[in-house]
Amino acid sequence: MEVIVAEDISKKYIIDHQKKARKNFTLRDTFSEKFKHFFGKGEEDEVEHEEFWALRDVNFSVNQGDRVGIIGHNGAGKSTLLKILSKITEPTNGRVTIKGRVASLLEVGTGFHPELTGRENIFLNGAILGMKRHEIKAAFDSIVDFAGVDKFLDTPVKRYSSGMYVRLGFAISAHLSPEILIIDEVLAVGDADFQKKCLGKMRDVSESGRTILFVSHNLAAVQSLCNRAFYFEHGRLKLQGDTTHVVNNYLSHVAKTTLEHTWETPEEGPGTDEVRFRSIRVKPAYASGKLYIDVTTPIKVHIEFWNMAERADLNLSLHLYAFTGECIFNVGTTSQSFDKGLVSATLDIPGNFLNDGSYVISVMVVKDTSTVLYQLAEAVSFEVEDHREGVTWYGKWPGYVRPQFNFQISQSEVLV
Amino acid sequence: MAHSEEVIIEAGHGAKNYWRDLWKNRELLLILSRRDLSVRYKQTVVGAGWAVIRPFATMLVMVFVFDKVAKFKGDEGIPYPLMVLAGITIWNFFSTTFTQISHSILLNSNLVTKTYFPRLIMPLSSVVVGFVDFIISIVLYVLIAIWYKHFPSWQLLLFPAFVLLTLAASLAFGLFFAVMNVRFRDIAQLIPFIVQIGFYACPIAYSSSMVESNQGAWWYDLYYLNPMVSIIDGFKWCLLGDGAFFKVSSLYSTIGFTVAVLGISIYYFRKEENSFVDYI
Repeated sequence: MEVIVAEDISKKYIIDHQKKARKNFTLRDTFSEKFKHFFGKGEEDEVEHEEFWALRDVNFSVNQGDRVGIIGHNGAGKSTLLKILSKITEPTNGRVTIKGRVASLLEVGTGFHPELTGRENIFLNGAILGMKRHEIKAAFDSIVDFAGVDKFLDTPVKRYSSGMYVRLGFAISAHLSPEILIIDEVLAVGDADFQKKCLGKMRDVSESGRTILFVSHNLAAVQSLCNRAFYFEHGRLKLQGDTTHVVNNYLSHVAKTTLEHTWETPEEGPGTDEVRFRSIRVKPAYASGKLYIDVTTPIKVHIEFWNMAERADLNLSLHLYAFTGECIFNVGTTSQSFDKGLVSATLDIPGNFLNDGSYVISVMVVKDTSTVLYQLAEAVSFEVEDHREGVTWYGKWPGYVRPQFNFQISQSEVLV
Repeated sequence: MAHSEEVIIEAGHGAKNYWRDLWKNRELLLILSRRDLSVRYKQTVVGAGWAVIRPFATMLVMVFVFDKVAKFKGDEGIPYPLMVLAGITIWNFFSTTFTQISHSILLNSNLVTKTYFPRLIMPLSSVVVGFVDFIISIVLYVLIAIWYKHFPSWQLLLFPAFVLLTLAASLAFGLFFAVMNVRFRDIAQLIPFIVQIGFYACPIAYSSSMVESNQGAWWYDLYYLNPMVSIIDGFKWCLLGDGAFFKVSSLYSTIGFTVAVLGISIYYFRKEENSFVDYI
């Protein structure tokens, strides 16, 4: 059954540019402008206001029980969509039909008043989120328990730590019982423990057959939680469908990667009189259906160069850098004697080795294991996306590498 | 799963079930009122005592300036301090609610940008603070009236009507300013100024009978154009009895004027409230 149907919704904002920016800013400006217009001295032609479509002709429908992940760049229209669905702002055109009670979590602890106690804020926030008083009363103990703030119930929330504040805010919203839940990037706040609780709760909600719309930049969480995804770009709904398919498409568009460089002739290739590079290529062995590199993807790096000298003892050295500049590793080939001509090399980086992040590769040709003939700095770059299985935690996995070493666990003794 | 409601969101659709939504959200109205009330005197030593100290101190100063120094003529048979206090009480009620209403949208901007409910709830809930101060001030008045042994007569029955009229007036002007305040922060500067001027332009520390002797002066009609003049005169008359000067005829135009402005303000508020989030 369709619970949300959006037909051609658009939202227009007027952006005032420099000239206009000052105008209408104070009452005096408005009056003086009106006055000028009255006497025909208006500057209408010089006023620049640009229309900006935060959303443009968006159509979709959501079925009951769907968990929809909404992804896209900042400014793609995701938040505007949530605001329209939450009735905070009206669409300029189009209509949305929603069946069922909606709760929107655009912020944790909306309307908390710093001077009020935890207890008072539970009732305040609950009422703001649309809970009835008896519902809040019924859930009260459970909320306090979930947030773990029972000792501080009668303390003004301005004295709470930011962690307590967020926990209390989330605990209240977790006890809402809407048919449709709209969530904006809640995972961006709080510590790992909180995120885990948060996602666990969302899973509970979805398993009870309710509908969730979830905006997030955390693609691993979207992939794990959602069965459908919407990909927004420049205010338009670019793609919708199965989560893996949409995330694939999104990542293949956003990854700022240069997976290969090739130079046709030795004259074009970078290098010296002795060696010139012909190509460097990163070849991921994608799992079936995937179009992007994630932490499980094995990668091959192919390198080719021309040896211009008659005979030389050469070896290749490859540096892999994290985006932040730290060198993750440096590997070298053995040194060998080569004739004039093309030399090629291949490096295997296994899957389940690199952590998620952006990486840059530099290669250098070394002569007689001591002299650097040429270094090709920042030759290629690629991004490794996150991938999780069998976990309920989606925080940033620490470390530069994420190897799967043999790590055994067993019960060695049973206490009776 | 039972689907309790079907909501349609489109441009200009919000109007349809507005008043029903407002009624549905009455619990929110109450809880926001309670919030404003309990926050009002947090971290003060005297607490709600301020609601007594302020009118009392103002009364003393006004009596000193207008009665003792300037020797203004009060109404026959009415203690000057009591007349001033009645005026201050109703004026403070008006000015506090008017100010609170005007600021209500801005003060709740975090709610405007993050949740939906009929926006009228914000100005309506902000009224309670002024109302509680008013009740406390009335208690002070009663004590002082007993001290002067000056008791009200049948006019007291009209007390609720005058309170309602004052409320209507503060909503009429407050709602309009609340909307303007979202776009033009000038309003925040203007409001204290209006309240300050109003204190002297209205018959609070003096009696309208002194104005009456200036019939024919160019500013005479201007004086009565101010709707608060007849409301304050009426309120004083209602508490102080027949001896207090009250030109009943001036009340009719005031009622008409207030109702008209209230209607326009609500219309304006309703028209603009959906765009608050875009301008705040």
